[in-house]
Amino acid sequence: MSTWVAVLVAGAIAYALKLAGHLVPARLLEHPRARRAGALLPAALLAALVVVQTASDGDRLAVDARLVGLGVAAVALALRAPFLVVIVAAAASAAGVRALTGWG
Amino acid sequence: MPAHPPRTAAARTDQAPADPVRAARRQALSVGVATALYGVSLGALAVANGLSVLQACATSLLIFSGGSQFALVGVLGGGGSVAAAVAASSLLGVRNALYGLQVGPFLRVRGARRLLAAHLTIDESTAVGAAQPTDTARRTGFWVTGVTVFTGWNLATLAGALLGDALGDPRRWGLDAAAAAAFLALLWPRLRQRQAAAVAVVAALVALLLVPVVPVGLPVVAAALVAVVAGLRGERSGAPAGGRADERAGEGTGEGA
Repeated sequence: MSTWVAVLVAGAIAYALKLAGHLVPARLLEHPRARRAGALLPAALLAALVVVQTASDGDRLAVDARLVGLGVAAVALALRAPFLVVIVAAAASAAGVRALTGWG
Repeated sequence: MPAHPPRTAAARTDQAPADPVRAARRQALSVGVATALYGVSLGALAVANGLSVLQACATSLLIFSGGSQFALVGVLGGGGSVAAAVAASSLLGVRNALYGLQVGPFLRVRGARRLLAAHLTIDESTAVGAAQPTDTARRTGFWVTGVTVFTGWNLATLAGALLGDALGDPRRWGLDAAAAAAFLALLWPRLRQRQAAAVAVVAALVALLLVPVVPVGLPVVAAALVAVVAGLRGERSGAPAGGRADERAGEGTGEGA
C-alpha cells in the first residue's frame, strides 16, 4: 500500500513541477543562482544514487559484486556503448561473479 | 494568444523550407525510439525492487521522467521510507520545471494542450525541440519526441516488468548492479561539465559518509544540498549555468526519459 502512496505522490509532484515551468512567470525561476542550483541538482542526486545503489545494504556500507558491475558499466560508458549495453554488461558481470565465485 | 494552428497547416504557412520540419521529425523519432528502450530496464528493476507490474507501469504513466522513476524505485527497493523515495524522485524532477521555461515560448500552447505539453516536458523532448532552427521545427521536434518517448517508454516498462517478474531473484541476474549502472549512465553525460563533475564527486562522498548514519534514502536527499550550495555560491568557477537544452542535444542518449 505504501508503495502506491509513493508512486501516486511522486507522480503528482512530478507533474506539478513540469506544469510549473509552463505556468510560473519566467523571472521567478530564472534567477541565475536558482538556475545554477537547479542545473547542478541532477548530477548531485545521480552521483549519490550511484553510491547508495552500489555500496549500501540498507543502512550499512557493503562491498560486493555490484562494484564489479559498476566498474564494467564505467568501462562500457567510456567506450560510448549504448544505454542498454551498459546495463546488460553490468548485470551480466555481477551475475557472473556471483555464479563463478559465490562472492557478493 | 490564439491556439496555434494544426502542425501541417503551420508547416505550409511557415516561411522556412519544409526540410527543417522533416529533419526535426526524423531526429525526434530516432531519439524517441532509442530512449524508449531504456524502459525495459526500468520495468525489470522496478519489479526486482518489490513493485508490482501495475505499480511499475504507473510510474511510467504518471511520473514519466526516467531519473525520477529510477530514484523512486531505488530508494524503495533499498528499504527507504515513502517520504525519502518521493523526495529523491521529486528533486530529480526539478529540472523539468526549467525545461518548461525553455519550451513554453516556442510551443505557444494554452488550455488542454498546455496540460499535455507539460506532461511531455522531459530531457529528450526539450533537447530535440530546442535544437531545431525554426519555431515550427521546434514544435515538431518537441511533440514528436514527447509522444514517441511516452508511447515507447510505457510499452517498454510493461515488457520489462513482465520480464523481471519472470526472472525471480534479482541478485542472481545482477539486476541490483544494473540499477547502479543505470544511475551511472544517466550521470555520465553531465560529468563533462567541470562544475557538475565536482558537485557529483562531493555528493557521492556525502552520500557514502551518511549511509551508516542516517535513515535509508536520506543520504540521497542530503546530497542534493551539495548542488544547492554550489549553485548559491555562484560564479566562482566562471562556468556558465549549464543545462541548456541546445548544448544537451548533441550529447546522445545518456538521459533517461
